Amino acid sequence: MRLVLGRFTHNALALLAVTTILFFMFRLMPGTPLAAFINENLNADQQQAMLEQFGLDKPMWQQYFIYLANLLQGEMGLSFFQRRPVMTILLEVLPNSVILTLTSLIIAYIFGVVAGAWLAWKRGTWIERAAVPAVLATRAAPEFWIGMVLLAVLSFNAGWFPSGGASSPGMAYSSNWDRIFSLDYVHHLALPVLTLALYLQGLPLLLMRSNMLEVMHEEFVTMARMKGLSEWRIVIGHAARNALLPVVTAFALGVGLSMGGNVVIETVFSWPGIGRLLVQAVSVHDYPLAQGAFLMIALVLALMNFVADLLYMVLDPRVSHGRKG
Amino acid sequence: MAERAEPVASTRSSWSLSPVLRRMVAMPLKDPFAFTGILIYVLFALVALFADQLAPIDPMEILFTKAGKLAANVPPGAEFPLGTTNLGRDIYAQLVYGTRSALAVGLSAAIIVSTVGTIVGLVAGYFGGATDAVLMRIADMALSLPFLPFVIVLTGFLGASTSNIVLAVALLLWPNSARVIRSQVLTLRERAYVEAARVTGASAWRILFVHIAPNILPLSFVYAAIAIGWAIITEASVSFLGFGDSGSVSWGMMLQDAFASQALSRGQYAWFVPPGICIVLIVVAGFFISRGYEEVFMPRLRGR
Repeated sequence: MRLVLGRFTHNALALLAVTTILFFMFRLMPGTPLAAFINENLNADQQQAMLEQFGLDKPMWQQYFIYLANLLQGEMGLSFFQRRPVMTILLEVLPNSVILTLTSLIIAYIFGVVAGAWLAWKRGTWIERAAVPAVLATRAAPEFWIGMVLLAVLSFNAGWFPSGGASSPGMAYSSNWDRIFSLDYVHHLALPVLTLALYLQGLPLLLMRSNMLEVMHEEFVTMARMKGLSEWRIVIGHAARNALLPVVTAFALGVGLSMGGNVVIETVFSWPGIGRLLVQAVSVHDYPLAQGAFLMIALVLALMNFVADLLYMVLDPRVSHGRKG
Repeated sequence: MAERAEPVASTRSSWSLSPVLRRMVAMPLKDPFAFTGILIYVLFALVALFADQLAPIDPMEILFTKAGKLAANVPPGAEFPLGTTNLGRDIYAQLVYGTRSALAVGLSAAIIVSTVGTIVGLVAGYFGGATDAVLMRIADMALSLPFLPFVIVLTGFLGASTSNIVLAVALLLWPNSARVIRSQVLTLRERAYVEAARVTGASAWRILFVHIAPNILPLSFVYAAIAIGWAIITEASVSFLGFGDSGSVSWGMMLQDAFASQALSRGQYAWFVPPGICIVLIVVAGFFISRGYEEVFMPRLRGR
């Protein structure tokens, strides 16, 4: 329990550091954060009043604490351009990003685990020799480029998938959940998910493969073999179960990491998620919105790092719980 | 020097090749992966070097047909190997010149990342204590920043220039190499030859840079190779999102241009497939090289 608390504090402090870096980054940017907000026709007095309204006349350290206190209450100010609370906008698009990330990761990890175990079993054959560089190549390809090629082939050329967005124009739904569970939504989701899954499967695949190769030499596998168990039962029942542990931890880390990486995928497919929101906010210098989107991504990252730490402790019996060994 | 000498770094001169360095140079010849990687690097370096000879046409020049019409969206052929863009620019020339900016971005990021990572890793690992604690907390902080969003925010606000992209990549990538090098230094500093140097009265910095550093150079090299790939992918992604250096010809800019000019719906594959393949090749080369070096220098992984 103390270890859990320790990991929690560690990740919480990291998140605090990120928010601090972000605060100073946005404050030290050229121009005041109000540059886009202040109308040129305003006179000096009116500008001053505006600065006071946003608390920007106070010293930097006071602003910092106001900012932190507001953040804790989920208060991130108003978007300059949409004139709506940043939090509302973020919560609107967050489900889209979470669904995209989780669906792709689950598909990628199921495929990766199975294919990785299979490749370990095929060690030394030409299949394995050809597959490893091929998998490395999928990890080397820029995500957005994979998306562009799939878009050109499967959407524009074959016409199987829509070219972007999350729902067809003219569709009306009674609630957000109705929209998400509609066939139209799934149809729009398919291509971005395929792209992301293609990019993500390399890590679990290679991880599973090398874990399997390592586990296959351990004593309990030799033991199982001596007991006369079939090769298939050894692979599935003994080796795979143990090789899977690090992959589960990698999955949790993957959720956090790919939320940040989704920035490009969401842009290619005009997927209304948090990454695309960040890009749009930065390009129109909408500071509060950009800051909010960034923090949301950083929050998910920190949260998933914590979950990965926990999983690692719970799942791997060989990790001594807190005792140095 | 004996061929199979123990890693006793030469004390006479830091310039004579230590056994580790010699193995580092000889490795690509033994590992087919690493050899392929080096070959790809050499190939791209040559293209970058002889870009002017390989592509006589200015990549940004707007071309016209003999009839005086804009040579827009010309399909690949004898005159334009990969066709032209919607504004009549030669795609092949852009691809060739893009190699230059890719290598510039990749190499400068790699040099910064591996230099900073190596120095931080050496210092933190060797001196330990408070120095170590502070440096590793800073590393933790940099690692908890979401990678691409940070680069976007930084370049979006500081200005879209190649040097800002390199800066952002370097800020986020050094901790990875620093951590691994630090743990390597932790084991190296307990070795007998380091102890011997300490007893003979060598200063801490001398031990660090003459006796320990040559042994972790392969690791620095591995992280440099990986950083080249990361920096190129990041530059491409950032350019694609519209925060790239608009004055430079890069693969990322080509992809952004193709995407924004509806090359996808027109099926102009010759425009957006080649830049992607170039990126894949150069990044995969980094993976191959790091794989080869890991197998030679991290015996735990050998044979897998």
